[in-house]
Amino acid sequence: MTFELETADHPENLKRVVIEPVTRVEGHGKVTLLLDEDNRIHQARFHIVEFRGFEKFIQGRPYTEVPVLVQRLCGICPVSHHLAASKAMDMIIGATLTPSADKLRRLMHFGQILQSHALHFFYLASPDLLFGFDSDPATRNIVGVAAAYPEIARQGVALRKYGQEVIRLTAGKRIHGTGAIPGGVNKNLSVAERDFLLKDIEQIIAWSQGAVDLIRKVYCERPEFHNGFGYFRSSFMSLVRPDGALDFYHGGLRARDEHGQDIFDHLDYSNYWDYVHEEVKPWSYMKFPFIRSRGREEGWYRVGPLARVNNCDFIPTPLAEAERRVFTEFDGGSATQATLAFHWTRMIEMLHCAEGIQELLHDDDLLGDDLISKGERALRGVGVIEAPRGTLIHHYRINEDEQIVRANLIVSTTHNNQAMNEAVRQVALQYLDGNSLTEGLLNHIEVAIRAFDPCLSCATHAVGKMPLEVELIDAEGKEIDRMVRNASGACGV
Amino acid sequence: MIAPLLIFAYGNPSRGDDALGPMLLEQLEALNLPGVELLTDFQLQVEHAIDLKGREQVLFVDASVSCLPPFTLSRLYPEKDRSFTSHAMSPAAVLQAYQELYGEAPPTWLLAVHGESFELGDPLSAAAQNNLGQAFALVQTLCASHQAWDQFIMPATQNT
Repeated sequence: MTFELETADHPENLKRVVIEPVTRVEGHGKVTLLLDEDNRIHQARFHIVEFRGFEKFIQGRPYTEVPVLVQRLCGICPVSHHLAASKAMDMIIGATLTPSADKLRRLMHFGQILQSHALHFFYLASPDLLFGFDSDPATRNIVGVAAAYPEIARQGVALRKYGQEVIRLTAGKRIHGTGAIPGGVNKNLSVAERDFLLKDIEQIIAWSQGAVDLIRKVYCERPEFHNGFGYFRSSFMSLVRPDGALDFYHGGLRARDEHGQDIFDHLDYSNYWDYVHEEVKPWSYMKFPFIRSRGREEGWYRVGPLARVNNCDFIPTPLAEAERRVFTEFDGGSATQATLAFHWTRMIEMLHCAEGIQELLHDDDLLGDDLISKGERALRGVGVIEAPRGTLIHHYRINEDEQIVRANLIVSTTHNNQAMNEAVRQVALQYLDGNSLTEGLLNHIEVAIRAFDPCLSCATHAVGKMPLEVELIDAEGKEIDRMVRNASGACGV
Repeated sequence: MIAPLLIFAYGNPSRGDDALGPMLLEQLEALNLPGVELLTDFQLQVEHAIDLKGREQVLFVDASVSCLPPFTLSRLYPEKDRSFTSHAMSPAAVLQAYQELYGEAPPTWLLAVHGESFELGDPLSAAAQNNLGQAFALVQTLCASHQAWDQFIMPATQNT
């Protein structure tokens, strides 16, 4: 965990390679590579260039509105924000959820993670993995996958759609759902709705198992390459159940260092700021969280599928647990710190979601009518869940008029901020050298970032898509090279 | 039974004029139009291709900063653009995905309603409010028309 390149003694003497925006991630990101006088990579930064405005937007709103309003923060994982905010509001009204409410929310959350992981793997990651990082960008996309592997593409769409149906039936609507409310949920599942979801779940499990088989096969065909791509070691943080099991919806915080040793375990997240601090850096609007006890230099960590699968003691569904064991034991555990192993673990999690949905659909608590609870009122609430991309923290304070006076959100992409910089730096060290800018080389950096599935419109408020632009700028600010990837995927100068 | 006409409006209701599509849909809901299904989402994704199955016609509605005010109506065709590499697809890319996965897509149009301000928490701008009224009138006409919509195409069509 060294930062000799990120903290170059004299960055003013370095040249810069700027890559913006990064394709196949959400929002507007920019990568700057600082070159030394010998055109060697010397410093790497993954920038966020726009402000986040949501925490201001929410101030003054009644706390009861928050679980619905936060869904407008992000069009990618609105349900994750919906549930994290609902958990925070549970704390504010002092509620302990009924079994029916708890399970209905868990079902909704499984649906969200399943559809998000399916989108990421089949539509954003699989083109790279199936065609290779240096392949023609004109075919390295989902249309190319649909042409070459039509059944895989159809399964991806169907998996995504199934997850959306789970959300629709638990949240009440396709979007802007109101299923979770402070203290519980406002609807149960009818017998007809349960049976509708049960009808296809065996197929969904089979396709999810197929996706794990696919990524395992692809990964293991070139283990040294996939293990070594953008490789670095780090700590991991995630929620775990009291018995150490993987749990996306609730649990205590566990952090383990790069050697697998506990930094903390089963922490009550309602005082998360005692353990995690957010550092501000002058060149980025996105904060850099770190574990206080490890300090700024050593305290950064990764969250998300790789963190969760590494941190948990077991996965509480049989097929996913079997795959977890295969993953952790593969080649003596060599994949457990690999950047591209995010894809492998993401599919193991998708399989767990499918199994978890099936298990819940056979639980009659989903049909129950005892949906709301409340208790002693508090002025502060913290909700933490494991969103598709990793740990998501919502923290609110209200006043006596029940209005939000302060909000702090730490989203998964922010947790992974330093780790993404490290991945970029490692890939740059491996593949970029001075003025040798090529489409393939640039895509290697994007592949590393995509492994984290960053959602920058959530971490900031970026809107829209732009073509890829690459600049090579020397220490005096003079542009010495430039590359633009236009909307058709072609590169030009 | 699948409604023959799908009107799919997308945008974030909390981002100023990006709410144009969802707000237009809200107004249409009050009309309870027969044979019309109304769907909305924040942005387009690949699974929305499934929503097009079995339709006779499809109309996408989106806010746009680049179209001429008050709106443009254009015929859409499948197109392989770079939105495939994003979390948000263009409507033409959704048609392309449909074509790759399921065959020929139904006749599809895009109604782009001009917007100006897209900041988080902003209300609809005055100009967008006016554009919304005119777009609503057009959609009512389209829904009542038994002829091809090509006659209603506005001359200037640009990407949203």
